[in-house]
Amino acid sequence: MSTLTAKRLNIETKLSDDLSKGLRPVEKVKKMIYETNQLHIWYGETHAIKGIDLPVYEKEVVAIIGPSGCGKSTYLKTLNRMVELVPDVRISGKVAYNGKSIFDESYDVEELRLRVGMVFQKPNPFPKSIYENVAYGPRIHGIRNKGVLDEIVEQSLRKAYIWDEVKDRLDTSAYSLSGGQQQRLCIARCLAIEPEVILMDEPTSALDPKSTFKIEELIRELKETYSIIIVTHNMQQAARISDKTAFFLDGELIEYNETNNIFNNPSDSRTEDYILGRFG
Amino acid sequence: MEHINEEQVKRRRNLRLLTNRVAQFIFMLSTLFGVIVLGILIYRVVSQGIGWIDINFLTGKLSTEPERAGILGAILGTFWLMVVVVPITMILGVGTALFLEIYIKKGRLQSFLQTNIANLAGVPSIVYGVLGMTIFVRALDLGNIVLAGGLTMSLLILPIVIVASQEAIRSVPQHLSEASYGIGATKWQTIRHIIIPAALPGILTGAILSFSRAIGETAPLVVIGIPALLIPLPGSIFDKFTVLPMQIYYWTLDASLVEEYANLAAATIIVLLLVLFLLNLAAIIIRHKFKKIY
Ligand SMILES: Nc1ncnc2c1ncn2[C@@H]1O[C@H](COP(=O)(O)OP(=O)(O)OP(=O)(O)O)[C@@H](O)[C@H]1O
Ligand SMILES: [Mg+2]
Repeated sequence: MSTLTAKRLNIETKLSDDLSKGLRPVEKVKKMIYETNQLHIWYGETHAIKGIDLPVYEKEVVAIIGPSGCGKSTYLKTLNRMVELVPDVRISGKVAYNGKSIFDESYDVEELRLRVGMVFQKPNPFPKSIYENVAYGPRIHGIRNKGVLDEIVEQSLRKAYIWDEVKDRLDTSAYSLSGGQQQRLCIARCLAIEPEVILMDEPTSALDPKSTFKIEELIRELKETYSIIIVTHNMQQAARISDKTAFFLDGELIEYNETNNIFNNPSDSRTEDYILGRFG
Repeated sequence: MEHINEEQVKRRRNLRLLTNRVAQFIFMLSTLFGVIVLGILIYRVVSQGIGWIDINFLTGKLSTEPERAGILGAILGTFWLMVVVVPITMILGVGTALFLEIYIKKGRLQSFLQTNIANLAGVPSIVYGVLGMTIFVRALDLGNIVLAGGLTMSLLILPIVIVASQEAIRSVPQHLSEASYGIGATKWQTIRHIIIPAALPGILTGAILSFSRAIGETAPLVVIGIPALLIPLPGSIFDKFTVLPMQIYYWTLDASLVEEYANLAAATIIVLLLVLFLLNLAAIIIRHKFKKIY
């Protein structure tokens, strides 16, 4: 039995104890969405991820921090198997989504990416209208009905806090939007497929403080429904929005804990050094 | 100004300016050379042929009498040839390009195929003629009909269409296809909805330019054996045919027998150049109309 399941069982026994004592269930008992065991990734000769174990639970925001080149994006891209688009990539170890190993031969990648949305560092809308950008996901997954599509588009744009800014110009090109608006459009496009998890790779690094603020608000909102894994270089951002923080260094997971603990009471001196800006 | 000696800079200044002048002059001459040669060529052809172009020339059938000869047969032949060449090269060319760029893993097989296609693009056209003769005319026993000629021409321009399409596909930014894969699109959906629309202007431009190559090419058809005799107007891809450049070839060949044939050749050249010019124009318009927006 792995230590992780042991821990979980432990929590569950604790829970039933609590319940029997008539207490409210402890908040920590959540379903594990992602399980990563001994994950290694190589790009050709570059060993980018060196044996990472990292559980992610539902309705949590996990921030991944670490210096440039430490493997944050690589890890994120592994979670929806986008990393396989890189030629010469090698993967070993296990990543399970909802209990199923995503590297199995029979695993349906498209299905995985339908459940796990991704928002990229640079806003990357399609060269299509605002409407078509959001409708793209539902369309390719077989939704044809115009009424349903309209509904999805409006809902997604509303959730991404951009509806009011674009509702009168849904047919104009997505490229006519500002960078911040484009990024929120990309988030809307991602929400349109109703994912369970959203992966975000430095979603605000190309944005001004105001757009950044809006997107952080949005993340807080989305967390009620989705699990979010976000890579960020901005310590304040990680502290503001995440429940847990993982500190990566040189392809290894140095520390993974409640965000509070990581920032106020890190157990590894390297984490402390990084957070205080001593390197990276 | 530790390392720069002002005296020396001044002395060398004049020399540098002179070199610059000379270079500019040489480049201008090179450009002028091309323009002038083209000018003379066009002047000669037009002055010789323009008087012979009229509605009868364009809609008339072949004839041994210069006054009555027309090029409708050659125009139709070129048309039917394109009816074979366009779909075949577009489907095979774009398909191969997509396979090489998107489906196949970058590696030894990919670079092997790539090198071979690049080499094929450099094979002289007459060799394709021999190939077409062996395979389509003889082995498949098609005879020297439009289909055989069209298949041969398709082979000839296929490598060019492939390479041009590959470049167009490669120029579609990676982040667009990533965004598409990211929401669960399959490769085919990504190709159909994202990559093809974005690459289409580039693909079409490359394709049109290679079609004009096929329209102007003569050597492979000479090998296949286009009849120099008077043949009925081709009505389908299964008929015997001649094309514009072949007509130019035969008339020029026989100009020593009948003097006016030279004028007919010139007139046909004007028509051919006009067709090619229009195709190039179409390519330019497509390129400008779909300016890259990403
Ligand atoms: N496509 C690739 N091909 C080869 N090596 C790569 C590729 N992508 C990343 N790497 C290497 O893998 C390592 C991890 O890269 P990764 O992009 O995951 O870092 P990161 O933590 O996201 O950095 P940053 O904060 O700068 O985005 C780096 O050494 C990088 O050079
Ligand atoms: Mg990164």
